[in-house]
Amino acid sequence: MDFSLTDEQQQAQAVAKDFATREVLPKAAEIDAEHRFPKELVARLGELGFLGVAVPEEWGGAGLDTVAYVLAMEEISRACASTGVIMSVNNSLVCDPILKFGTDAQKRRWLTPLAQGKMLGCFALSEPEAGSDAAAQKTTARLVGDEWVISGTKNWITNGPNANVIVLHTMNDAALGHKGITTFLCPTDVKGLTLGPPDKKLGIRGSQSCQMFFDEVRLPTDALLGEVGGGFKVAMSTLDGGRIGIAAQALGIARACLEDSVAYASVRKTFGTLIANHQMIQWKVADMAAEIDAARLLTLRAAAMKDQGARHGSESAMAKLYASDVANRAAREAVQIFGGYGYMTDYPVERHFRDAKITEIYEGTSEIQRLVIAAGLLKD
Amino acid sequence: MTMRFEPTEEQTLIQKTARDVATRLLAPRAAERDRSERFPVEELSELARLGLLGIALPASLGGAEAGTVAFALSMIELARADASVAVAVSVTHMAAELITRWGTDAQRQRHVPRLVGGEYLCGSFALSEPQAGSDAGALTTTATRTARGWRLDGAKQWITSGSHAGLFVVWARTAPLGAGTRGLSAFLVERGTPGLSAGRPEEKLGLRGSSTVPLVLDGVEVGEDALLARPGDGFQIAMTALDSGRIGIAAQAVGIATAALEATTSYVKARVQFGVPLAQHQATRATLADLATARDAARLLVLFAAWKKQSGLQFSGAAARAKLVASETASRVCDAAIQLHGGYGYTRDFPVERYLRDARVTRIYEGTSEIQRIVIARELLRPR
Repeated sequence: MDFSLTDEQQQAQAVAKDFATREVLPKAAEIDAEHRFPKELVARLGELGFLGVAVPEEWGGAGLDTVAYVLAMEEISRACASTGVIMSVNNSLVCDPILKFGTDAQKRRWLTPLAQGKMLGCFALSEPEAGSDAAAQKTTARLVGDEWVISGTKNWITNGPNANVIVLHTMNDAALGHKGITTFLCPTDVKGLTLGPPDKKLGIRGSQSCQMFFDEVRLPTDALLGEVGGGFKVAMSTLDGGRIGIAAQALGIARACLEDSVAYASVRKTFGTLIANHQMIQWKVADMAAEIDAARLLTLRAAAMKDQGARHGSESAMAKLYASDVANRAAREAVQIFGGYGYMTDYPVERHFRDAKITEIYEGTSEIQRLVIAAGLLKD
Repeated sequence: MTMRFEPTEEQTLIQKTARDVATRLLAPRAAERDRSERFPVEELSELARLGLLGIALPASLGGAEAGTVAFALSMIELARADASVAVAVSVTHMAAELITRWGTDAQRQRHVPRLVGGEYLCGSFALSEPQAGSDAGALTTTATRTARGWRLDGAKQWITSGSHAGLFVVWARTAPLGAGTRGLSAFLVERGTPGLSAGRPEEKLGLRGSSTVPLVLDGVEVGEDALLARPGDGFQIAMTALDSGRIGIAAQAVGIATAALEATTSYVKARVQFGVPLAQHQATRATLADLATARDAARLLVLFAAWKKQSGLQFSGAAARAKLVASETASRVCDAAIQLHGGYGYTRDFPVERYLRDARVTRIYEGTSEIQRIVIARELLRPR
């Protein structure tokens, strides 16, 4: 057992922290208030190698690993959870499946520019009537001649308004259930694709998501990612990795809550003394700190197992379930510690409170994570 | 080398040794020991024989020198079978460690091999008093200079293994009460020293196979060589020992939680309600998932604190975090385990009621959860 980080991992963490503190944090409140996609920060993420952290250098990535990705994600999300999820989607939900399931031609065309930050990707699985229940999706793919014809609607597609390519899940044979799901790499400039307006959201307002309407969109057969009917496998294995990214995002939000609370408690006085001297405040930060450490260890464990090529579905689910819970509890307590100020947008904790909520919902709700974990426990 | 979450070969071997002896020797009679409140004399001797009392101690003193991670893994296995045996092991290991760290060569050579080798059967840590638990500065037991050493007078409370320990680490005041924690010193007192007597074992909610006794020190005469380190070092010795002890107790809590989780997992597969096993009900699955996640989180905190300690890093905060989360988690897991067992869980026919009773103390001894939170907060909240 060894919890030490390699030099490269420490360096990725340090670079991310420096960038997050100096360039991201000063803009986080404004990005949130304006619902602004932070284009310039995304460009910087690309320059720093953070849009393809675990993508090998030969494909244009930083050539690091999932542990380094987690460390960087935590730092970026500590400053701005919106910027964090933009990064997470591109790494986990787009680069990762192309690296794992893509052909060399697909990697050349998409993976390299995605990892370099010259393009941005999105992942389209959810639909108006199908989120957690992936096999219920209604977007159809029919093979007509030597082209696939795709029609349907996708929902809540993070990075959708800003993406160049979509990892697109469709149902090509509804009778087969989840074995009828097929995945494509679909450019966003295809004919027949229209985007809805950016969604209006409770939190992560700098990350834009939207509906996508596919009306007889035609894709060549080489747009297929993986095999016909193999889409469920692509989606599930991708989400196992994606959950590690969201766990790290939640961890970053939780840490922001802790650090902001500690700073505030060390200057704010009530009853003639700093609130840091009140045991009830001490308890809140103590619980936050202990739980954040536990969440980080669960997340790093899942990441290390992914890096070793081990099965990590349960571990990713545990990391996401626990970290998202910790983030929401930390956010609730942080607002409480700030009192009335915490309810005002002048202070950052109300943003953390709003941002934290999504981590319990996307890339598999907490309820879905529990089903995944229980299936692992109860199998014989 | 990147992070590795799986045990090394040596750690695996020790874990397996502990698991085997726990399954073979401890588990079968754990319920009986709980009922009869029988101290595990033969069991501790067997653990000593297998080297499980000295896992992180130097080989030159009879230990296995395998590090604190191996110690924690072994503690989890022992506590999974019987938390009462595990606490005796944890305290013995803590006593041996503090003598190794603070003792003279002569003290080390005399006491550590006897602690880890089973000659003392087990060790005791005599800090708490009737009026002073978490607040060590308020201890009133005194140590007075004599011609050939020291005389100890006072009363100690809640001394784990006190009925059977061959060696006691006793804290006493070498300076007046006004000196607070700076007036404390630690002494090594062997069983049978005249004036040292153990009172009637306490009747407890749980951990009933472990003895908890009051001690009376009535003119206990010890030599100069009984003093550990210098007069006045006692508080620091106690605090550093408790940092380590907390890793042991946190591991104990994880072991109990693991036992409760495993018992519950098999129960819900077998028990049928509404025509299907309980395991098929979503509410059961959700509960089990939360418990397993919390147990894993606690386990990682324990192993992380252990790794920090064996790597020579500052680990006091990590140990406090591990103890806080692990003990609170164990209580929660055991409570939910009883709930999932329903009426059966409330009876002694199933082990989960014992687990709940055993788990409860981990939130109290070696620093209550309340003290852990203050330790953690103190690191974070240095008013500026």
